Amino acid sequence: MAVARSPRISVAGSGALLLDGAEVSFDDATQELVWAVADAARKLDGVRETVPGMNNLLVLFDPLATDAARLREQLKSLWSGTYPRTVAGALHTIAVDYGGARGEDLAGWAAHCGLSPEEVVSRHAAATYTVAAIGAMPGFPYLSGLDPRLAWARRSSPRLNVPEGAVIIGGMQAGIMPMTAPSGWHIIGHTDVRLFDAQADTPVLLRPGDKIRFEIAGMEA
Amino acid sequence: MIEILTTGLLNTVQDLGRPGYLAQGISHGGAMDRQALAIANLLLGNEPSAAGLEIALYPFRLKAHVDTSLAITGADCPISVGGRRCPPWWATGIRAGETLILEAPRAGARSYIAFAGGLDLPPVMGSRATDVKGGFGGLGGRGLSRGDRLRLNATECQLPPGGRGVALEERRASGNGTASAIELRVLPAAEFAAFTPRAHAAFTGVEWSITNDANRMGYRLSGEALLLAAPMELLSHGIVPGTVQVPPSGQPIIQLADANTCGGYPKIATVIEADLWRLAQTPVGARLRFVTVPIETATEALRTARQRLDALAAARKISAGRLRPG
Repeated sequence: MAVARSPRISVAGSGALLLDGAEVSFDDATQELVWAVADAARKLDGVRETVPGMNNLLVLFDPLATDAARLREQLKSLWSGTYPRTVAGALHTIAVDYGGARGEDLAGWAAHCGLSPEEVVSRHAAATYTVAAIGAMPGFPYLSGLDPRLAWARRSSPRLNVPEGAVIIGGMQAGIMPMTAPSGWHIIGHTDVRLFDAQADTPVLLRPGDKIRFEIAGMEA
Repeated sequence: MIEILTTGLLNTVQDLGRPGYLAQGISHGGAMDRQALAIANLLLGNEPSAAGLEIALYPFRLKAHVDTSLAITGADCPISVGGRRCPPWWATGIRAGETLILEAPRAGARSYIAFAGGLDLPPVMGSRATDVKGGFGGLGGRGLSRGDRLRLNATECQLPPGGRGVALEERRASGNGTASAIELRVLPAAEFAAFTPRAHAAFTGVEWSITNDANRMGYRLSGEALLLAAPMELLSHGIVPGTVQVPPSGQPIIQLADANTCGGYPKIATVIEADLWRLAQTPVGARLRFVTVPIETATEALRTARQRLDALAAARKISAGRLRPG
């Protein structure tokens, strides 16, 4: 049964509303509600696009085709009247070379957690992660499910070029870089799996609700 | 076919962008000054969404290898077509072998060049806009280089002798406004109330400068630091062009066409859609002022802008009809 919390709704410009259901920390059930509301909201008059974030949802609309005040009420009732959607997503197994030159933060990460490098790697590879949302850059997955013992706050200053394929963690979140770009997350390994190919029929590999398992292809402490 | 003779890497192929893929992390992108590109296309009888060039670095020169027509809109810059002076917001013919030259603007920042028929490039996810960050769209996902050759779609564009153009009142008013601050209308955003009273006063009370850190992803501003009443951590959420984020430094960043689709910094306000072209035309070093408006004002401004485009499109259809015999 859906927990009928009402989201905080704010105006994000003349053609967007942000619905925020986040409590103290990220919640998987709230995220399933976000996915369901995103699908339902796309069918409303005047809605152009919905963008699931982490326990929140951005709804883009044409302000000349619908009334913002009316849409706000419609979204409120969708949020309280929609059941969270459990997604039977695809399972992806992603082989990772941990540590070494392409996983330069492994030692620091282990030290931060008070564990050995072997222990952090085996815990990272033991969990099953859920793709909560895709965003920021093309195909970038925000992954939930990181072992709380492995959490590590983001770097105070981001690196300008974190390479494509970098397996990264930031706070309680895990991720994989779909392209070389700036990031403040820590680099713990590398994968050859391509998450984004603009020329492909389906340019983005992962979808919200998909599950990820990391497999230890190699490790260099 | 046209050939690029002189350019900077920040000059790109753009159209009206790539909507529909935000939930996959793909920005809308497209022309920073959408209205200018749409009007350039309409002057030639193209669809408003045809692909053209966005010029942000000058001088820019290209050579036509066929007889064709082009339209230049946006910034107020000296333009010459085959040695003939041409005003901005004007469509004119160019003959094979002639050169188009755009010099540094007297006012404004970005120029748009549309070509009769539009640039013939393969769409990627429904758009020909260059996404430099993602490395796709436009010309292989990169900016223009000297020697690039671009094909044009076949068309039956016929301009009156001497060409044709438009004069837009608000563009004239802003064009000579370089001495004073550009005014941008904003709507308060989710974390507006979380800032200190002093930050509220400063946000709309002081003038902000556009720093060198300004590109298609966003403009970093400098001015009085805007502080939160208490520190806050936000989960990542979708953002739109125009979002004014405030990182811990307190110096705001306005997110623009190629911005990341999600962000995590507190948002103090959003620049209204109808004013985004003003930012596109505001150069580095210029000053801005934010004015809070009610949402009705934002919607009305958008309605006015869209009606004008519709009127121009309708006028072009009528004149195109007249030109066609039978």
